Amino acid sequence: MESESEPSPPPPPSFSDADDPPPSHSPELPEVIALSPLLPAFDAALSARFRLLKPSPLPLSSPISSAASAALVRAPTRVDAALLDLVPSLRLVVTTSAGLDHFDLPECARRGVAVASAGHVFSPDVADYAVALLLDVLRRISASGRYLRRGEWPLRGDYPLGSKLGGKRVGIVGLGSIGSLIAKRLEVFGCIISYNSRKAKPSVSYKFFPTVYDLATECDVLILSCAFTNETRHIVNKDVMHALGKDGVIINIARGGLIDEEELVKCLMQGEIKGAGLDVFENEPSVPNKLFTMDNVVLSPHLAAFTTESSSDLLELIIANFEAFFSNKPLITPVSM
Amino acid sequence: MESLGVLMTFPMNHYLEEELERRCKLFRLWEAPPERRAEFLRSNAPSIRALVGNANVGADADTIDALPKLEIVASFSVGLDKVDVARCRERGIRVTNTPDVLTDDVADLAIWLAIAVLRRLCEADRYVRSGAWTTMGDFKLTNKFSGKRVGILGLGRIGLAIAKRAEAFDCPISYYSRSEKPYPNYKYYPSVIDLASHCDVLVVACPLTEETHHIINRQVIDALGPNGVLINIGRGPHVDESELIAALLEGRLGGAGLDVFEKEPYVPEELFSLENVVVVPHVASATWETRKAMADLVLGNLEAHVTNKPLLTPIV
Repeated sequence: MESESEPSPPPPPSFSDADDPPPSHSPELPEVIALSPLLPAFDAALSARFRLLKPSPLPLSSPISSAASAALVRAPTRVDAALLDLVPSLRLVVTTSAGLDHFDLPECARRGVAVASAGHVFSPDVADYAVALLLDVLRRISASGRYLRRGEWPLRGDYPLGSKLGGKRVGIVGLGSIGSLIAKRLEVFGCIISYNSRKAKPSVSYKFFPTVYDLATECDVLILSCAFTNETRHIVNKDVMHALGKDGVIINIARGGLIDEEELVKCLMQGEIKGAGLDVFENEPSVPNKLFTMDNVVLSPHLAAFTTESSSDLLELIIANFEAFFSNKPLITPVSM
Repeated sequence: MESLGVLMTFPMNHYLEEELERRCKLFRLWEAPPERRAEFLRSNAPSIRALVGNANVGADADTIDALPKLEIVASFSVGLDKVDVARCRERGIRVTNTPDVLTDDVADLAIWLAIAVLRRLCEADRYVRSGAWTTMGDFKLTNKFSGKRVGILGLGRIGLAIAKRAEAFDCPISYYSRSEKPYPNYKYYPSVIDLASHCDVLVVACPLTEETHHIINRQVIDALGPNGVLINIGRGPHVDESELIAALLEGRLGGAGLDVFEKEPYVPEELFSLENVVVVPHVASATWETRKAMADLVLGNLEAHVTNKPLLTPIV
């Protein structure tokens, strides 16, 4: 019997930076390592300002010998002890999202690695989309559009009536950058705002509820805009949905894992809640098929944050964070750890 | 008001119909086939003292003339383009509409249409339902709504409500109106073309009259341009629909969100194939809360009329 040979060690990662040698009359550009695949626009913009190192293959699985102190990552690349061990020179990781569920922040703190996020660049776009999803679910607007396109308007008359947004009690789970912009918009539409957060915020006038369940009992709408952590996983469960009630609407523009998705589908099918607007799902891009034929849901493929404007703002912000770091100035959007 | 003979022109609302049936002597115009309408009116005219119409079927000159006992036209709408108001004035017929109660819903829809067009909301929903997300990857980047310059044609109740909402999205507000209004935060433009040239999203929110028929014409559409979005929550005839379609097909206009059409319930099918167009079937006031409030206003106006009290929302 042949003895099994030991697996050979993976080849050391290669760098592809030879395409852009630094301009001859300027000082050596600072190095930035791309630890995730880059979108072309980001690649080009970063390469113009920094010496962009692009190790391959990704995700990184063996140590690299670079002395680069700054890196860019995109979800789902995990920034944890394993990754930081492979690039011990890192002092800064900049990420392209506001969400930080792909970071082991305590580990970064332990190692003195600063983290810069997307800050508020996506917040207005996400808030806009949340408002549109809510209006759509309450008013059944997209469903009425489908009715129109099927040619039913001349045959069957007006589409059935929806429900008015003004006067609805809206409970926002997570009153951070996005949640507070949602609140500000919906107030003008005549909604009554309350919220749940880890701690009450004395500077806001909205009513605070200590749990999502409590919030649900006194609201017509729940909007999820909190971080996805071990504590918030399935925070919207069967009990919360029943507390929200048969006229209740759930809007999720945060992370799919905040909701017990299987239970949500059941509640929607059984009329335990009235409807849902969902931009995010537990196993993207998979979406429970049962939702596809429902007229009381509005679906989107995790795009609430992404417009040409927010992408260009993000790129500017990323560059500004790196430039601040390299000039020993404070980061623009540091994550407190 | 059991003795009040009311002609309802269209099956506009179950609750209203039930209440009119219960409280008045109700005649349903739509029960007569089109070729028998004139006869239906003639034979019931002696009993008909009130008419309840809407945006579908109102009270034109012929109808008014056929009803010599008509005292009041209570429209289930705020727009009175389907009522010959001048003829009513001549005859001393009162006219009421349903302002204020529908302002919020209509303004809400205007904002929704703008976001839906810019963010390709319906397209994105279709993308998920078709399974494309799993096979074709992420959706493309779309266009931000917040901060876009919003131009409002007509700064009445609905126009103001749209402005207030758009301000919450940090949108600079401009408007065109027959005369400048005392809102220093909103920039006034003296012509529709000027307004269209200086905004990203143009919302039609004025009454339909002879003057505003096709107020959105080719010149205005071209001024709005390939990055501009037209939102119509007014009346279909505000917009030259064939010019609109041509501009959209040729890429001269960036997008359109339409709740109303020249020949409802017929919508040109060219509009269905464009991803930068959102069309909905005249749903701006279509919530049960608002339609009940509109119905109560119609009933309240009729009640006031028969009891010789001041009408709630008179136009004439």
